[in-house]
Amino acid sequence: MNPRPVSRPALYWAAMLPGGSGLALMLFLPAHFFVLSRAIDGEAALADTLSWTDHPIVRLAEAVLIFLFAVHIFGGLRVLALELLPWRDGQKTFAAAAIAGAILAAGLLIVTG
Amino acid sequence: MTGRAYALQRLSALVLIPLALIHLGLTLYAFHDGLTAAEILSRTRGSMFWGLFYSLFILAIGLHGTIGLQTILRESLKLSRKAAGMAAGIAGLLLIIAGLYAVAAVLLP
Repeated sequence: MNPRPVSRPALYWAAMLPGGSGLALMLFLPAHFFVLSRAIDGEAALADTLSWTDHPIVRLAEAVLIFLFAVHIFGGLRVLALELLPWRDGQKTFAAAAIAGAILAAGLLIVTG
Repeated sequence: MTGRAYALQRLSALVLIPLALIHLGLTLYAFHDGLTAAEILSRTRGSMFWGLFYSLFILAIGLHGTIGLQTILRESLKLSRKAAGMAAGIAGLLLIIAGLYAVAAVLLP
């Protein structure tokens, strides 16, 4: 995404959010697919790999992942709203933040639950 | 980003939003009683619905990710349009293959 030249740093970072978080999500997906692919060797192989999810570092990585997902949805929805909806910019940022906040809350429930 | 890539990126985003939210909701549900291999596979094995759902999800991710990566490579690393398209296309294709393999792994009995 090539952001329009803006004078406020916050808006510059808002414009860079979808790309940065999207790249990080794309780098994570091979690991996600690898874990699920273990099921090809049977339930026990998948269960063995899933036992890693009890490790605190993996838990932390899951929390980061949920955060990135929320950030990406926030940035993406904001861009879509800016382009497609006849709202005021502040309203669009607020609406996207509300949805991203809900996703973040749900995600943290998953990780801590 | 060309006009077609721009439109495809928005279109794939609109497809991905509901799929991603359903995936997150399902994950929340699955984690509720503890995530186990038996629980995941009991839902996915032989399920045409989840097979189609996740295949569509992966294809949309592959398309969305390829266009996004191509844009980053062009604008941040200043790669030529051809080189960025080639690198992003290969990455996206590998991602789709790995994703569909994972779907097959949890789907096939």
